[in-house]
Amino acid sequence: MEIKFILNGKKIATEIGADTILLDLLRKYKCYSVKRGCETSNCGLCTVFLDDKPVLSCSIPAARVDGRNVTTLEGLQKEAEEFGAFIADQGAEQCGFCNPGFMMNAIALLRENANPTDDEIKAYLAGNLCRCSGYEGQLRGIRAYIEYRNGVNNVR
Amino acid sequence: MSDRDFRIITKPIRKKDAMQLLTGQPVYVDDITPSDCLVVKLLRSPYASAVVEEIDTTVAMYVPGIEAIYTYKDVPDNRFTTAGQTFPEPSPYDRLILDRRLRCVGDPVAIVAGENEEAVDKAVKLIKVKYKVLEPVLDFHSSKDSDIIVHPEDNWQSLADVGADNKRNLVASEEDSHGDFDAVIAGCDEVVEGVYHCKANNQAMMETFRTYCQIDTYGRLQIISSTQIVFHVRRIVSNALGIPKSQIRVTKPRIGGGFGAKQSVVAEIYPAFVTWMTKKPSKIIYSREESQIIASPRHEMEVSVKIGSDKNGHIKAISVHTLSNSGAYSEHGPTTVGLSGHKSISLYSNNLEAYKFTYDVVYTNLQSAGAFRGYGAPQGIYAVESAVNILAKKLGINPIRLREINMVREGNCMHSYYGEIATSCTLDKCLEKAKNMIGWDEKYPCRDMGNGKIRSVGMAIAMQGSGISFVDVGGATVKLTEDGQFALTIGAADMGTGCDTILAQMVAECMDCEIEDVTVYSADSDISPYDSGSYASSTTYVTGKAVEKACLELREHLCNIASDMLEADSDSLIYSFDGIMTEDGSRKVSLLDIATKSMCGNSETVQVTASHSAPVSPPPYMAGMVEIEIDRETGEIKVLDYVGVIDCGTVINENLARIQAEGGILQGIGMALYEDINYTDKGKIIENSFMNYKIPARTDVGRIRVDFESSYEETGPFGAKSIGELVIDTPVPAIAHAIYNATGVMLKEVPFTPARILEAFDEN
Amino acid sequence: MLKIKQFVKVSSIEEAYELNQQKNNIVIGGMLWLKMQDRIINTAIDMSGLGLDKIEENDAEFRLGAMVTLRDMETHKSINEYFGNAVCDAVKNIVGVQFRNLATVGGSVFGRYGFSDVLTVLMALNAKVELYGQGIMSIEEFAAKPYDNDILLHVIIPKENRKARYSSVRNQSTDFPVITCGVSASQDDYRIAIGARPARAVVFSFERNTKLQEMLDEIDKKLVTESNNRADADYRHRVALVLARRSLSEL
Repeated sequence: MEIKFILNGKKIATEIGADTILLDLLRKYKCYSVKRGCETSNCGLCTVFLDDKPVLSCSIPAARVDGRNVTTLEGLQKEAEEFGAFIADQGAEQCGFCNPGFMMNAIALLRENANPTDDEIKAYLAGNLCRCSGYEGQLRGIRAYIEYRNGVNNVR
Repeated sequence: MSDRDFRIITKPIRKKDAMQLLTGQPVYVDDITPSDCLVVKLLRSPYASAVVEEIDTTVAMYVPGIEAIYTYKDVPDNRFTTAGQTFPEPSPYDRLILDRRLRCVGDPVAIVAGENEEAVDKAVKLIKVKYKVLEPVLDFHSSKDSDIIVHPEDNWQSLADVGADNKRNLVASEEDSHGDFDAVIAGCDEVVEGVYHCKANNQAMMETFRTYCQIDTYGRLQIISSTQIVFHVRRIVSNALGIPKSQIRVTKPRIGGGFGAKQSVVAEIYPAFVTWMTKKPSKIIYSREESQIIASPRHEMEVSVKIGSDKNGHIKAISVHTLSNSGAYSEHGPTTVGLSGHKSISLYSNNLEAYKFTYDVVYTNLQSAGAFRGYGAPQGIYAVESAVNILAKKLGINPIRLREINMVREGNCMHSYYGEIATSCTLDKCLEKAKNMIGWDEKYPCRDMGNGKIRSVGMAIAMQGSGISFVDVGGATVKLTEDGQFALTIGAADMGTGCDTILAQMVAECMDCEIEDVTVYSADSDISPYDSGSYASSTTYVTGKAVEKACLELREHLCNIASDMLEADSDSLIYSFDGIMTEDGSRKVSLLDIATKSMCGNSETVQVTASHSAPVSPPPYMAGMVEIEIDRETGEIKVLDYVGVIDCGTVINENLARIQAEGGILQGIGMALYEDINYTDKGKIIENSFMNYKIPARTDVGRIRVDFESSYEETGPFGAKSIGELVIDTPVPAIAHAIYNATGVMLKEVPFTPARILEAFDEN
Repeated sequence: MLKIKQFVKVSSIEEAYELNQQKNNIVIGGMLWLKMQDRIINTAIDMSGLGLDKIEENDAEFRLGAMVTLRDMETHKSINEYFGNAVCDAVKNIVGVQFRNLATVGGSVFGRYGFSDVLTVLMALNAKVELYGQGIMSIEEFAAKPYDNDILLHVIIPKENRKARYSSVRNQSTDFPVITCGVSASQDDYRIAIGARPARAVVFSFERNTKLQEMLDEIDKKLVTESNNRADADYRHRVALVLARRSLSEL
C-alpha cells in the first residue's frame, strides 16, 4: 500500500507492507538514530514524535502515519546539540544507545512543561531505560539545561 | 610520572564521542554496515536436553531468497570456548558451532541465511527436526557426579589446570586456604553461618548482540562486531572455523553497552561461518529475547559462609564455599568463582588468622553463564558482608565499628588475594565519609515513621581488582600527527565507559597538550596494538600504563629529531607542547616542524607502541550505605538514598568515574530488588523480555550519591586503580542489611520482593 | 512474529463491524499487546479516522471514545478533578509516556487483561461500555463475557458523585502490578474493584452504610487470588485487603 507522510519536514511517498513497522521504515530512510532495544515496548529507544507527541515507533504500523507528521532526532539537530551539551557535561551519555530516545522524550517533556520538578522529570522519562548511567547524571544535565534556559530567558 | 599536580588528569572532561552519541549519529554496527546483506538467524532447541536424530532442510531451502542452511553435519568438529580470555584459556573447550547434542533451551540447531528476514523466518519454521528428548540436569545442587552427564563427548578438553572433569559435570573445582581454619574457628567466641543465593542476572545492555561479516579485498574474513574483545574474537573464530588467525580481521565500532556480556563470543561465530562458507556479506542481530535466554548472564551461585570472631569483634576465621552454575557450557566458569572468595574474604585481612575457600562449578542444562560486571565478587560479597552484619548484631557492636576493627588496611598482606599487599587503601576514609553522608548515627538501625512506614539503613564494603595480574596485556600506540598533534591507537574497547577519553587524557597529560590535540582510534585487530580487551577492570590501570610508557618513549624520539634540527644534545632539550627547546631557551622547534621534518629525510620514528602487564592487581575499595523505606503492611520497598564512597586511586575523570559508580550502584539495586530469573520445570526461562525482566527505571530510586577518597597507587598510571566493576558489589548486601535492620530477618536470596519482605516481618 | 496481510483504515463503524465478522480480522487499538503475538492477521481494522479519540463530558457522564489514549485519560483535567485523581493514579505507572500515548482505552478494556489497571479503575467507577452490536452494558458484565466480534465504541463513566481512590503494588515501578485496587463511594454505595489477582478484576459492592470491617471481612471471604512468578496468592490476598482498607478509610 502507498502512504504519504512528512518526515523531518520533508514529504515522503512510499510503498509499504501492511505490517511494516514505523521503526523499520524510518531506518530505511536513514534515520539511524531510531533504535530497537526490545520487542515488548518497554525500553523507549525508538521514541519519535508523531504529530508532536512522543510515541514508540516500534509499536506503530507505518500505515498509521499516512497523512501525518513524523519527527526523529535527525530533524531536531539544533535542539539536540543545545540540550545534549548539558548531558555531555555530566558524562551521562555513556554508551549512547539509549540517547536518541531519551533526547526525544526529554525534548517532549520540556516542550510540555518548561519547569518540571525532579519527580515530574522522572515520571515523564520513566519509559526511557538506560542501563549505564544510573539516571542521576541525566537528571543533573536536564536540571542544568533548565537553569541555563531560564537564565537566558530572564536576560531577555 | 607521579607528579600529583595534574593538568588534565582528574578533570571532568567531556567524552570525546559525547556529542555524536547525543545527537544520534550512526555509529553502531547496524548503522554503519550495509542492510542488503544476508540475514542470519538460528533455529533453536525447544528442549533443555536432546539429541538431533534427524534433520531435514530440503523444504526450507525451497523458500525463495534462502542462501544456505547449516546443521551439525556442516560444521568443523573442533571444540572451542567462546569465553574471551587470555591464554591458557581457563574455560574448557566444550562447544561446537552446531552440535548434535543440545544442552539447553535455545541451543542452536541450525543456521539459516537468506536475502531477507521474512524468508529466513519462514525457512526456520520449515526445517524438520526429529529430536530425541533426554532428561536434563536442571538443579545445580544435584549436578556434580550425577548419572546424567552434560558433556559426555570424548573431544571435550580442559586446557588449564582448573579441576575440570566432564565425566563429573565439573567445570572447575578447587581448594585454597591459609592457616589452620578448623583450629582457629574452634577457638572463636562467636560464629555466624549462612547460605546465600544469587540467581543469574542479565547485563541487559541496551544494544543486543550483533555482528556483520564480509570478505575483504584480500579474501580474508572481516568481522565488524559489538565486542569488548577484538583480539579474543579473532582467536575464537579461528578456533571455531578452523582457519588461521591471519585470515581474520575484527573491528568494533561504538558499543551500545557491554558490562561483560560482550566479553564472550555470543553471536560472532554464526555470521562468520556463513560469510566464510558463502563468501557473501552477512549480519546477525540478536533479539532481546535471545539476549535474555541464550547469551552470557551472571553465574548463579550459592555461597556458604562461616565467620568466627572473638568477643571483642576481632574476625579471626572465614570460610567460603561456592557452588556455581555454569549452565550448558563452561564460559568464565573457572574464573568468576574465584572472585566470590578472593574479593570477599580479603576485605577482612586485618585480623584474619585463617581462611578456607573451596568451590565447585558445575554444568547444568540451563543457559550458559558468562561475564557480568563484578564477575563473581557480588555473589561472594553478599554472603560475607551479610554474615558480618549478623555478627555485628550478635556481638552488640555497631556494624561500622566492626568494620573499623577488621577491614583491610593499607600495608596488610591479603593472604586470600594471592598474598598481595594492600599498597594503596583508603577504605577507612571511605567508610567514615559514607557514614557521615548517610547520617548513620542518627538513622541506625531503623525508625518508625508513624505512618505505617519504617525507614532503616544498611551498609557493606567491597573490593575488586585492577586487571588480572601476570595475565592482562594492555597496548597503546601513540604517534605524532602531520599537524603536530597526537594520535592514540588502542585495542581496548570503550563500551560507553569513556576509556577512549580517559586514555586520551593520559596522552594529553604526558605530552603537555589539550584533550582536543589527541585523536583516538579503537579497535581493529589489524591496526591496534595487542590488548586483551576491556574487561576485568583493566583498561584504566593496565592499558593506561601502556599509554604512559608509549608517551614517554615518544618524547625521546621527538627530542632526537629536534636534536638534529637544533644541533643540540638530545638529553639537554626541554620538551613542551609549544615546542622543544634548548636548555637556555634560546632556540626552539615546534612540534609541527618536527612532524614535517619526520616526513622528509628522517629515520627516527615518531610512533611508539608500548605494552604493559602488571604483576599485581591493586584493589579499589568502596563503602556503600543505603537508607530504605518499607511499607510495614505491603512489604513495598524504596531506596531513598544510596551513598557510595570509593577509593579507585587517582580519579582520572571525575564525571566519568561518578557516572560509572552511579550506574553500577543502580545495577546492583536492580539485582537486589527487581531482576529475577526463573525457569519452568522444562528448563525454559520465564523472564525472556524487558516486560518480565525488570531493570530499574528512573522512578524506582530516590537518590544515588557518590564521592571519592583517593589513595595513590604507585603501580598505576598517575596513581589510578579501577572503578568499573567494584561499584556493583555493595547494593545487595547493604540493602539486605537495611531490610534486616527493619525486619530482624536477613534475606538470603535475591531479589528482595515486597512479598519476601512481608514474610520477613511475619517470621520475626 | 505478527504478520498483517491488509491494513484498512475504515471510514465508518459499519465497515469496521462488517470486516470484523470475518475470521482472522481484528480491530487494532494501540497495537502494543497485539504486536508481540505470533499470528497472521488477514485484515487489520484501523478505526483512528472515526473521531473516537475524544473524551466528551456532559452533566451525566464522561464519554471516552475507544481510541482515547491512556495518556489522554491521565491528563484529562475534568475527569481527574471529578474522581480525585484516581484515573491518573491508575494509568501513570504503565511503562512510560510514549507507551501511554499509543495504548487506547478501547484496547485495554476489550482485551480484558488480568493485569489491567484501566479495567480495575473503570470497574470501581461503575463504568459502562457501548458496543456496536450489543449496545450499552456494565463493564463488569462485559469483562465476564468471552471474546466476540462485536466492536467497542465508547467507555462511559457516569457522574454519580463518586469519590474515588486508586492504588496498586508493583515489584518495580513500571512493571505490571501484582495487585490493583480501585474504590469509590457514591451517596448510595461503595464499589471496590480488585485486579491483577492475577486474573481479571472483580468488583465488590456494598450499601453506603456498611461498616468498614464488614466490607473487608466480606472481601476476605470472597476474593480469589492466585500465584504467578511476580507474587503468590496469599500475598496478593493479604495486600488487596490492605489497599482496600486504606483507600476506604481515606474516602
